Amino acid sequence: MRYALRRLGFFALTLWAALTLNFLLPRLMPGNPALSMMSKFHGQLSPQALVALETLFGVNTHQSLLSQYFGYLHDVFTGNFGTSLSEYPASVSSVIGSAIWWTLGLVGITTILAFLLGTGLGIVSAWRRGSKLDSIVPPVFVITSAIPYFWVAMVLVLIFALTLHWFPSQGGYYITTDTPGFNLTFFQDVVNHAFLPAMALLITTIGTWILTMRNTMITTLAEDYVRMARAKGLPGWRIMLDYAARNAILPNLVGFAMSLGFVVSGAILIEYVFNYPGVGYMLLQAVSGEDYPLMQALFLLITVAVLFAILAADILTAILDPRTRAAR
Amino acid sequence: MAMPVSGVPTDTPTQVPAGHALARVGRAVRSNRKAATGTILLVIFLLVALFPGVIAHDSPTQDAYPPRLNPSSAHLFGTNAYGQDLFAQVIWGTRNVLIIAFAVGLFTTGIAVLIGVAAAYLGGGWDGTLSVLTDVLLVIPLFPLLIIIAAYAHGEGTIVLIFAITLTSWSYTARQLRSQALTLRNRDFLVAARVRGERRLYVIVMEVIPTMTSLIVASFLTNALYAVLLASSLQFIGLGDPNTVSWGTTLYWAENNAALQTGEPLWAIAPGACIALLGAAFALLNYAFDEIGNPALRPVRRSKRVRSA
Repeated sequence: MRYALRRLGFFALTLWAALTLNFLLPRLMPGNPALSMMSKFHGQLSPQALVALETLFGVNTHQSLLSQYFGYLHDVFTGNFGTSLSEYPASVSSVIGSAIWWTLGLVGITTILAFLLGTGLGIVSAWRRGSKLDSIVPPVFVITSAIPYFWVAMVLVLIFALTLHWFPSQGGYYITTDTPGFNLTFFQDVVNHAFLPAMALLITTIGTWILTMRNTMITTLAEDYVRMARAKGLPGWRIMLDYAARNAILPNLVGFAMSLGFVVSGAILIEYVFNYPGVGYMLLQAVSGEDYPLMQALFLLITVAVLFAILAADILTAILDPRTRAAR
Repeated sequence: MAMPVSGVPTDTPTQVPAGHALARVGRAVRSNRKAATGTILLVIFLLVALFPGVIAHDSPTQDAYPPRLNPSSAHLFGTNAYGQDLFAQVIWGTRNVLIIAFAVGLFTTGIAVLIGVAAAYLGGGWDGTLSVLTDVLLVIPLFPLLIIIAAYAHGEGTIVLIFAITLTSWSYTARQLRSQALTLRNRDFLVAARVRGERRLYVIVMEVIPTMTSLIVASFLTNALYAVLLASSLQFIGLGDPNTVSWGTTLYWAENNAALQTGEPLWAIAPGACIALLGAAFALLNYAFDEIGNPALRPVRRSKRVRSA
């Protein structure tokens, strides 16, 4: 219980740190970047929007830094992230709301697939230690984990979209010929568009699952209870799954809980290469369009998602691993 | 996490003096294929970065040739839409990436050693404060944070990039080093040093840090790898200085000119392949170090038959 409270306290502290960072960064940077942004959008905005921006970034206000800070915190906790500048006059929340589902669908499903496939391969690789599979898989995925995501995406575009014409190279669906709706053609269109970005993500993330699972399971395979299971004459697949893998899967499960938090931000560059209409692409659009309110809100969203995932991972560890409960 | 494992040596943290550790590293590089491949790759890149003019005779920035030339013996990778020689860009671009990799690797590891070891060794309130600082930074998503910082910094040069990546990414290493330093804290040789009446600073610098050499080297490699990937990614999306000669910047211009769609794939493929190769060099070295530090992970040879017999 004390442990849970301490974790909650840490959670709150980190949230506060992220909020404060978001508040301080534009004010600390040399030559307040918000000023140049304001002059760029001057004349395009309504007076109220301008005033709201001025308080958000601390330009032209006579308020003290402290009262600006509390105003900012109040806005954040009441869910008021202001107006998007690039999509003016839409509110930041509604702009994000339209993009988040694309990211959750693409990255969420791919994360689950990568976890399942990677864990499976890791189990087999550790079980057949020294086999052909085991001698190829680890080094290959050590190398793929060092390749930049966006480059894998570009190579896939080059081969499968531009040369072979199997898949489209851009976007989430055919904007000109297809209208979003709950029907089979639109669904097929979306899957078709999501395939290459999903592959790029899968190739670059699966290695971690394989290696973690393999390396942990190699340790459990040497345990006495595995030897005991062998001595009892249990079939190989039962020893592999129920004895060795089951006791080795905890790091991967915890990693999985954490990676769900990175679903929101995990594919920024892949979305960028494919012009995929998700949150990551939107963040970069906000950056290049100097849409600072949108940028700030997206950063907060990303941080909060990660924080919740870490909390979930902590809880999962405490439930699944009795040793952590005893230790604290 | 102490798990008595029968038959396999447990992976206790290594406690050998620095000289021994380095000698062991040298021997391991020679005997481990992954380490050898990584070392060779890294040495090649270092040579290219030191003497780019010897390999590429063209200027990487001059629009000296007709645009969109196909690869030929005069222009190994052809020219881009601006008439710049792509081979020269890739060769000259090596320097910037390696500077970032080594600078960030050194600085992050340095900060991490300082904070991690100080937290573990000083204990008490110091440990509490430094650990919370480390943990908070650890969970704030790194790449989005870097994007935000770079966005406000408005396309600043390499120094700002190094500075930003260093400040945001030392925490993971600090955490690792802290936990290893904690396991060392009450070992006999440290107790002896304290009883001898050595000053704290002396104990930390001369006794604790040398004991952790292998972990520090491994951390340097990881941080250098992440620096390569992060810096190239930031440059790729246009958050570096677009005028520096660097692989990430070349990729940025390739993406801006739709190089893939206009039939100039090499403009994007070549610099990306270099990033991947350099990354692979660091990753292979790092994986090899893991095998050295944790004997259980080493490729099985004879030992397997003995165990299953």
